[in-house]
Amino acid sequence: MISTQSSEADALGTASFTPLSSNKSPELPELPELPESSEWFSTIGKKLLTGITGLGLVIFVVVHLLGNLTLFFSASAYNRLAHIIERLGVLTYLVEGGLLAIALVHIAVGINIHMNKQTARPVKYAQYVSAGQPSRQSLSSRTMIVSGLVLGGFLVMHLATFKFGTYYTLPDGSGRDLSRLVFETFHRPGYTAGYVVVLSLLGLHLRHGIWSALQSLGIATRPGLYAASAVLGSAIALGFIGLPISIYFGLI
Amino acid sequence: MKINLKIWRQEHARVSGAFVHYTVANVQPDLSFLEVLDLLNEQLIAEGGVPVEFDHDCREGICGACGMMVNGQAHGPLQRTAVCQLYMRHFSDGDTVTVEPWRAKAFPVIKDLVVDRSALDRISAAGGYISVKTGAAPDANAVLVAKPDADTAFDYAACIGCGACIAACPNASASLFTAAKISQLALLAQGQPERKSRVVKMTQQMTAEGFGDCSNHGECQSVCPKGISIDAIAQMRREYIRAKLPFG
Repeated sequence: MISTQSSEADALGTASFTPLSSNKSPELPELPELPESSEWFSTIGKKLLTGITGLGLVIFVVVHLLGNLTLFFSASAYNRLAHIIERLGVLTYLVEGGLLAIALVHIAVGINIHMNKQTARPVKYAQYVSAGQPSRQSLSSRTMIVSGLVLGGFLVMHLATFKFGTYYTLPDGSGRDLSRLVFETFHRPGYTAGYVVVLSLLGLHLRHGIWSALQSLGIATRPGLYAASAVLGSAIALGFIGLPISIYFGLI
Repeated sequence: MKINLKIWRQEHARVSGAFVHYTVANVQPDLSFLEVLDLLNEQLIAEGGVPVEFDHDCREGICGACGMMVNGQAHGPLQRTAVCQLYMRHFSDGDTVTVEPWRAKAFPVIKDLVVDRSALDRISAAGGYISVKTGAAPDANAVLVAKPDADTAFDYAACIGCGACIAACPNASASLFTAAKISQLALLAQGQPERKSRVVKMTQQMTAEGFGDCSNHGECQSVCPKGISIDAIAQMRREYIRAKLPFG
């Protein structure tokens, strides 16, 4: 008795539901599906990509700087650090591969945004002036593509000079004497001057870059982050420049 | 005072334009910039010339119809001021003022200083709406909105769609215009039903119209006659992340 009632109700329910659902589609035509795969390449997706990869590269640069600063303590401390990194083996390759991928994505998206800018305004203004505060437009923000491309080119040269440069062996034969290569390189005036210029461009890139990455990820609404970006960017650049200048002038 | 004008003249979108120099004498300092263009046009008509075409409506800074680059700045040198509210007392006798239309691929020139801004309407139509019950008006204050959210939403709602943010953006991006609407509705209870689809559809339409990508120059917030902050753009990105996260 009970089971009969419930099966009747089921049949009724299904019967009354079917025509409703079949009537629904002509009244409310389905909107075309949005392409789901393109989210990282949408206009905001690109900002998220540059922001995340940019912050990743900032973390790398800070770690790299801390490594460089060990040379201020002693050449052996610097060489010991290099050995530790060398001995990490597979982990080193993984980190290097990851960094290369991050750098390539950052460069590709940056170039894409720059090219989009050219097509979005085919006729340029005869006169164009920034309206000033609270605009964040600066020499730094307007030259991101230039400073970025120079840094990309420098990266290749830098790896060729140091990572794949002359392999000096320590007198006791215990490993690579990387500090000797660093001292030799930064006694060349041309290389040292070029290094100082390029690392100043890194500071210029990070002045807008750090703040911009936080804004791209939607977390830059806190006051002070724009100023903090300038402080951190300058500190990183000064830290890198301090070493070659100290070596060139024989301070260490 | 005497004002020299260097104005972009262009017959229509399919021909190239050029700057033409004009001089308007006896300009009173209390005239608005658009009234100087009116004077120039009376002069041109009297001489049998073709008047300079420009968009305008309320001339009270609230409708968003007017807009042009004045000396390289959207709406001219005064912040939080539409060009209709820009007065000649901010200029000096004998000044040469360069006047150009908004320049962006998505804003084709219709004539002289008039550009087609219907791309902005299409961005709004893509998602700048809410679902409401029709019928009798609901009770006031039936839906509660926290005071800070109401204030911020109101700041974003002040957008008049003039297009200055795009005109001043080095990348010709429409991020501030689009973000103002997305962020306004995201902060209000009424905007919740379409919250996730809105940010995706509106930003997709923005790209489809041919606007550039944002580089966080923040120039838009300086030229916005309503002073809308790029915090709206940060919120738009949070909305996008929220819409795309599987658990958002």
